Amino acid sequence: MPSTAPALPLADVTVSDAALRRFLHGLPGVDAVGLESRAAALGTRSIKTTAKSYAIDLAISMIDLTTLEGSDTPGKVRSLCAKGAAPDPSDRSVPAVAAICVYSDMVREAKEALRGTGIAVASVATAFPAGRAARSVKLADTREAVAAGADEVDMVIDRGAFLSGRYLQVFEEITAVKAACGEAHLKVILENGELATYDAIRRASWLAMLAGADFIKTSTGKVAVNATPANTLLMLEAVRDFRATTGRQVGVKPAGGIRTAKDALKYLVLVNETAGDDWLDPAWFRFGASSLLNDLLMQRQKLTTGRYSGPDYVTVD
Amino acid sequence: MSDPMSDSMSDSMSDSMSDPMSDPTSEQPHTPERTDGSAMPKPEHATPLAVLKTYKLFIGGAFPRSESGRVYEVTDPQGNWLANAPLASRKDARDAVAAARKAFPRWSGATAYNRGQVLYRVAELLQGRRDQFRAEVAAAEGLSKAQARAAVEAAVDRWVWYAGWTDKVTQIAGSSNPVAGPYFNLSSPEPTGVVAVLAPQDSSLLGLVSVLAPVLAGGNTAVLVAGERTPLPALSLAEVLATSDVPAGVVNVLSGRTAELGPPLAAHQDVNAIDLTGAADPALAAELEATAAENLKRVRRPAVDAEDWTADPGTSRLLAFLETKTVWHPMGV
Repeated sequence: MPSTAPALPLADVTVSDAALRRFLHGLPGVDAVGLESRAAALGTRSIKTTAKSYAIDLAISMIDLTTLEGSDTPGKVRSLCAKGAAPDPSDRSVPAVAAICVYSDMVREAKEALRGTGIAVASVATAFPAGRAARSVKLADTREAVAAGADEVDMVIDRGAFLSGRYLQVFEEITAVKAACGEAHLKVILENGELATYDAIRRASWLAMLAGADFIKTSTGKVAVNATPANTLLMLEAVRDFRATTGRQVGVKPAGGIRTAKDALKYLVLVNETAGDDWLDPAWFRFGASSLLNDLLMQRQKLTTGRYSGPDYVTVD
Repeated sequence: MSDPMSDSMSDSMSDSMSDPMSDPTSEQPHTPERTDGSAMPKPEHATPLAVLKTYKLFIGGAFPRSESGRVYEVTDPQGNWLANAPLASRKDARDAVAAARKAFPRWSGATAYNRGQVLYRVAELLQGRRDQFRAEVAAAEGLSKAQARAAVEAAVDRWVWYAGWTDKVTQIAGSSNPVAGPYFNLSSPEPTGVVAVLAPQDSSLLGLVSVLAPVLAGGNTAVLVAGERTPLPALSLAEVLATSDVPAGVVNVLSGRTAELGPPLAAHQDVNAIDLTGAADPALAAELEATAAENLKRVRRPAVDAEDWTADPGTSRLLAFLETKTVWHPMGV
């Protein structure tokens, strides 16, 4: 029996694999055409001048500045931390990012570099990005990251178990990782690109939220399809409906493929129009990105100076 | 006067339909079938419906309309409508600069010999479409047939001339410098980067080629603002460039108001040089030069007197957009 969320109105749906399946398959089907056209329509909003300036600063403060490469070095992590703390060294009015996201063995390095800045360290864990490892390994990975000082843990779900219908196994894994996290916030990566259908994304979102996720995250950034406006919109609807049902608020983090300020602003419109402005806060909405920050900074420079900026005026990552 | 492009298209089509044996290289001009933009050609022996050409911008190898959706009327010197051209906005200029920046590493990194071959091929294709360009240049500038023919021939010639310079400019602009030490000291010209080119207002093809080709020959990428009243040859030149081997983004062509597109390009922090040849108004040229100083752009000022585009161009335009890089190398003895 899972120990979390006994007070939730939906506690009874997680008592058995059959009950969980009945609940998840009882969620309304997703109108794919309607979802995509709604996401596309919201992407056509024009945001100008002061609203744009506000949105750019908000987007910067929502970034989980990420480096998840096999070639990551302590030096690269340190320079990323420095950039996250002062994204534009020539303009101290630029807000800091929300978190620095690294592999678990780099957490100590990042924690050290970020001391005193108030920026969180997020660590991917549970055999990221595939998630194909024994549960003991995943839990050990999580504990290591938290012990090293991670404030947030980004776990991947076991897509193999999810797609073969073993929902309770996925549920129990998330609750186990949540327990291993202790005080650290848990973000659950659904890896939408591997879930194949919108219905599956909706089910996975509810499954993760039922299991105690603090955030649901679209993707690892390591597969062909990452965050899209449509699948993020779907997840925003899920967190909105989940709060309406249970009273608990869950955050959303699109990750991968968001590279331009224009894209980021479209996502903020989705948040505002779907989940509402309660979610327009770094505590409840994040962008998992690396190159996005430079484009936001160039747009910000354009707004402050009136001149188009260029890649010569931001860091090389 | 009717649209020169659709005339030449319908002419060649009716040629082949009515008399397949006619000499395709015949330079006998055909009388325009329409006297204004609205009247349709006479339906004699199934003449195909004339298709009016939509002139478009050329950005990153694609032919988009202006982001703003605007167009403006292009007329011949007598005020007769020729076509609508896109009226580019500063956002189109921004997109063009981004495309030029993206194309820069590959174009500047190509060997000079390769760049020469690519540019020579542009001249080949330009020559192949000379009938179209003659008609467009004649309409744009109000030239006689003979004058237009001479202008197009000179433009092809000019392009070939600059194509030949790509692998020779280092010999005249580079040097091996004597220094007091055991070092080789070598200076060589390198491309500056993204160059904004305000094309001349008075010469729609020859002048255009004379300012564009030297920028490309040096290994720069270009954002070209066509002459405001005569943009059609420039927009057709973009079609030649698109079908040649010039990589997408190396040349980007904008049509519109020079006074509207000049300032954002001069202020753009990612533009490395600007050629003000087309800034005919001295006040505008001075303003653009001052704006360009912000990020130390290379600036080529407009000529004080009207330029003679048929004169020997020399190498000044070529050298205006090259940076000298000097390397010290130990002799190893």
